[in-house]
Amino acid sequence: MYTFSNRLKMGSIILMALGLLGLGVGFVSAPSTVEEAKAMVATQDDGHGGDHGEEAAHAAPAEEAHHDDAHDEHLLHQLQNRPWSALYVAAFFFFMIALGVLAFYAVQRASQAGWSPLLFRVMEGITAYLVPGGIIVFVILVLSVLHMNHMFPWMDAEVVAHDELLQNKSGYLNPTFFLIRAAIFLGGWIFYREYSRKLSLAQDNSDDNRNFIKNFRWSAGFLVFYLITESIMSWDWIMSVDPHWFSTLFGWYVFASMFVSGITVIAMISIYLKSKGYLPDVNDNHIHDLAKFMFAFSIFWTYLWFGQFMLIWYANIPEEVTYFVTRIEDFKLAYFGMLAMNFIFPLLLLMNSDYKRINWFVIMTGIVILCGHYMDVFNMIMPATVGDQWSIGIPEIGGVLFFAGLFIYWVFTALTKAPLQPTRNPYIEESRQFHY
Amino acid sequence: MASKVIHAYYNDDDILMQAVKKVKAARHHIEEVYCPFPVHGLDKAMGLAPTRIAITSFMYGCLGLIVSIVMMNYIMIQDWPQDIGGKPSFSYIENMPAFVPIMFEMTVFFAAHLMVITFYLRSRLWPFKKAENPDPRTTDDLFVMEIEPHDSVENLKDLLASTGAIEIKSIEKE
Repeated sequence: MYTFSNRLKMGSIILMALGLLGLGVGFVSAPSTVEEAKAMVATQDDGHGGDHGEEAAHAAPAEEAHHDDAHDEHLLHQLQNRPWSALYVAAFFFFMIALGVLAFYAVQRASQAGWSPLLFRVMEGITAYLVPGGIIVFVILVLSVLHMNHMFPWMDAEVVAHDELLQNKSGYLNPTFFLIRAAIFLGGWIFYREYSRKLSLAQDNSDDNRNFIKNFRWSAGFLVFYLITESIMSWDWIMSVDPHWFSTLFGWYVFASMFVSGITVIAMISIYLKSKGYLPDVNDNHIHDLAKFMFAFSIFWTYLWFGQFMLIWYANIPEEVTYFVTRIEDFKLAYFGMLAMNFIFPLLLLMNSDYKRINWFVIMTGIVILCGHYMDVFNMIMPATVGDQWSIGIPEIGGVLFFAGLFIYWVFTALTKAPLQPTRNPYIEESRQFHY
Repeated sequence: MASKVIHAYYNDDDILMQAVKKVKAARHHIEEVYCPFPVHGLDKAMGLAPTRIAITSFMYGCLGLIVSIVMMNYIMIQDWPQDIGGKPSFSYIENMPAFVPIMFEMTVFFAAHLMVITFYLRSRLWPFKKAENPDPRTTDDLFVMEIEPHDSVENLKDLLASTGAIEIKSIEKE
């Protein structure tokens, strides 16, 4: 049995406290009137320097040129959205890790993989975060529907009234149906997680393989449900912040991101537990396989990223290219920096077979990959909600710290609930003997 | 130059692996093992140096990438600029996204083909070459271990028999 060390527990609580503080500062310092918003942008122009000083300076003359109220209102909404978006991006990012791990776990179950059963308890521990993470994301979506923020423009009846495209989409994209869908998705995912965990624990105490076979069937069924709902989830929760824009492979793109982040976290937590003397049978071959997945899915993510970009770039249809124009003009560093972190780093660092077996190398690459995929979610949400008023400051870092703390606290608490090594999984011996 | 070698035949890859480990442990030098299919981990058990073909593959991939860049620059920008989809080919960098699939394909093409050719050259395989394997059954279901005895042939034969060899032969090699 694993015991949650006090140091790690204190660390996660401190992270949560710091994060709450950062998020609080973000919410308090958001402007509540148009005048405040204008004053904030004006002071930003005066100094600050850094990366964004330059951008703000570019934006200033244009703003003064057409000084209409609608524009100021828009600016106010962007600044008000910033703490909300920081909260949402971080909440979604950590929720996405748990969901990616759940998908990976279901793949291992459905394919009856022989190498991975030793890691099942680690995966189950991570997916425990689906419950708090999912509830938090759902609450943020409900608050958005209640007009606490302006992240989803189509939720604003005023906006829809003046927008024919949104009126045409309102049969699907309306607040009630949106929340019903979200509830169904979360309910289905959490149900599978809890039920599969129950069967997994029951298998250890049973004298036949009934639970194992049942788990296999449920996992195969879950994958069908997951692939459909994950795709719809990505349109609902992410793509709809840009309600005019659409991309048919967006679901896959988000999936690649969550899958690679999830696998990275499995590798990192396994290495951490190993370094503390748990998981004695997990050896470098298991880490090697996880690192291969990290490498392969980083390339898969890049493939989808580029596939989405190139088709839209080549076709050059105005309503499609605006998505990339915003990102390349206002988010240049974040957008291309993310590409370097998610593609070039893992490609070069994990290409060599031997490096995939060096644990600290996998951890370092994993940290870069996780930062890169946080930036990926950031780049999916922020350009629509915050626009050129973005920055990575106190609210964003606060959001990451808070959810990182909650994630660590919840996952490691879940890991203490059951023995870290399944005993009666029929493939456990194969997993113990596994060498590549 | 004639030299005497022992050929030991095995009919199972697991038994072969165990035998290789035992023969190595008895400090005999295994000249070669002929297999009908690749046996995982055999190279490590025999103590062969790790392959360097992965490094050549990386270099060929880089070469392919460079060739594709130069090639597309010549074809699409310098030699015959066209206006495709409202994107005139005036500069390489602005048209670069269109060339990425070609870069990818050429990288894979060069890495794969040149790696296979390197492998053939390094293994001294070419058309009309006389087969090196000592027994045609090694292309079907048998594994042959070739050992050069350094002291008593009889001792070595006993050792091989104890590892599960189904047939042991002494051969005069040219």
